[in-house]
Amino acid sequence: MAPGPRTDGATLTASARVAPARATRRRRLARVPLAPYLFCLPFVLAFLAMVIFPMGYAAWLSLFQERMVGGTIFVGLANYAFVIADPKFWRGIQNVLWFGMVQIPVMLSLALVLALILDSSLVRARGLFRAVFYMPYAVPTVIAALIWGYLYGPSYGPFTQLADAMGWSRPAFLTERGMLWSIGNIVTWEYTGYNMIILFAALQAVPRDLEEAASLDGAGPVAFALHIKLPLIVPALMLCAIFSIIGTFQLFNEPQILQSLAPQVIRTDYTPNVYAYSLAFTSIQYNLAAAVSFVLAAILAVVSYVFIRLTSRFGASF
Amino acid sequence: MAGLAPRAVANGYRRERIAAYALLTLFLLYSLLPLYYLAVSATKTNTQLFSSFGLWFAEDLNLGANLRALFGHDDGVFLLWMRNSVVYALASGFGAAAICTAAGYALSKFRFPGRRVMYAAILGAVMVPNTALVIPLFLLFANLGITDTWGAVILPSVVFPLGVYLMKVYIDQAVPDELLDAARIDGASEAGIFASIVVRLAMPGIVTVLLLAFTTTWNNYFLPLVMLSSPELMPMTVGLAQWNALASAGSGGQALFSIVIAGALVGVLPVIAMFLLLQRFWQGGLATGSVK
Repeated sequence: MAPGPRTDGATLTASARVAPARATRRRRLARVPLAPYLFCLPFVLAFLAMVIFPMGYAAWLSLFQERMVGGTIFVGLANYAFVIADPKFWRGIQNVLWFGMVQIPVMLSLALVLALILDSSLVRARGLFRAVFYMPYAVPTVIAALIWGYLYGPSYGPFTQLADAMGWSRPAFLTERGMLWSIGNIVTWEYTGYNMIILFAALQAVPRDLEEAASLDGAGPVAFALHIKLPLIVPALMLCAIFSIIGTFQLFNEPQILQSLAPQVIRTDYTPNVYAYSLAFTSIQYNLAAAVSFVLAAILAVVSYVFIRLTSRFGASF
Repeated sequence: MAGLAPRAVANGYRRERIAAYALLTLFLLYSLLPLYYLAVSATKTNTQLFSSFGLWFAEDLNLGANLRALFGHDDGVFLLWMRNSVVYALASGFGAAAICTAAGYALSKFRFPGRRVMYAAILGAVMVPNTALVIPLFLLFANLGITDTWGAVILPSVVFPLGVYLMKVYIDQAVPDELLDAARIDGASEAGIFASIVVRLAMPGIVTVLLLAFTTTWNNYFLPLVMLSSPELMPMTVGLAQWNALASAGSGGQALFSIVIAGALVGVLPVIAMFLLLQRFWQGGLATGSVK
């Protein structure tokens, strides 16, 4: 990723190219050209306005409370103390932790195996498989959750119909016990192909002559995939894992959509983001919602950091 | 890559190959099942949805009737939602592509004080999920009184740090320094060089970023859900979810099920079509981002 060598010409600005007599001044101007700043300006402004400033504002807001009597008052870290002691917040954290510990390994193992197969010379029609596997990622999560919600349907869903026809007991997709698994299935459906593409791209960068050398040594495609390719794409795998962890902690769309099917199971504290949403829009407690967002971000930062530290021992680098 | 593979590998390993095909086929069916179910269900009336077997067609096809019902319901508000989705996604896509290309170009081809800080900030921001910013953004916009406007959805969607990174990496490879130097010697202005050389050479990368930003916005739910309250401003995702909640809540709303399913089909088709037509660009973007 290291930038290539630059020639002096790249730092000349149009205005500095006036007269040879002003050569010394030109060189000084050329050292701090205006053009790159102008090119960056739109992004920097948008970034400040849409990322940095809102975060600062929310941080400031999280230090206040709206009281029935007395209006808005500064309360320091009281909102944070409330969130940290709030069992509803921790119930959400517990849910996403459980979810992540099961769903992420399942999804990434699947993505890895599929990518390894599609990168090997074992099978044909690899482009077709790749395209179909990646397709769910193009489906809006809302629509994915909606369709799976119908598929899970306790009275009319096809799985229930099948179970009834076979005389089996009906699958309990939308119950207290089944819900996290059902959401896990939706997320796996949506993102396995996406992760597979990232891993596949990393595999494509593995030198091809390694395969020939391996096959001369008598290593089959499976041994080659596991002993040579897999170690080489560990960094890409870790990247997928980090993005998955982040996505898991931010889980919102799927439970929010399924809520209407099972309001007793998906309560307002089902995930931290569902909780923050209900704080902001059902109870109109903006200050508390802001505090929840920040505590969630802090927990996420710690978890990501620990994950990176733990996995960097295995040769992954970020 | 098949041509490069040694013949022995291609012809032998029967057991491995059967296992590989079995797994691929299983996952293929799994990937297609919900879409197949959606297509089948979209042909059924409300009664048929409950009375017929979910994974096969009912005795008659009612797709046309469902579509008419979809576009007629609530004075044709669905068409409005589709238009909003298109407007939001196009504005975010083009906005993000323009902003990211300019910033990516600066990071790729100029050395200037502050460059390293900016690059580090962008790499850090790639890790910040959009959803983490939704509540803070809403709080700020509510304070400024600009929630429930088009801008409340478009402006945040234009900031796309991954796009800047992708453009920087792409321009590194696609735009030779010599060409830029030659243009400067010829007296071209920086703006002219950008518009005529950089944009042209980086076009595949720009299309990738545009596509990624377009789909992200098309598929976005949390942000518009939080920002918008007027039905006539909502994108398709938020509107459909609302109808779905009405339908699931019972109390007469159940007549909406067939409409929601038809809406889901119509909402999915544009992105799927775009995805299939422009596959090269999607996969290219993800590949650049991960391999470095």
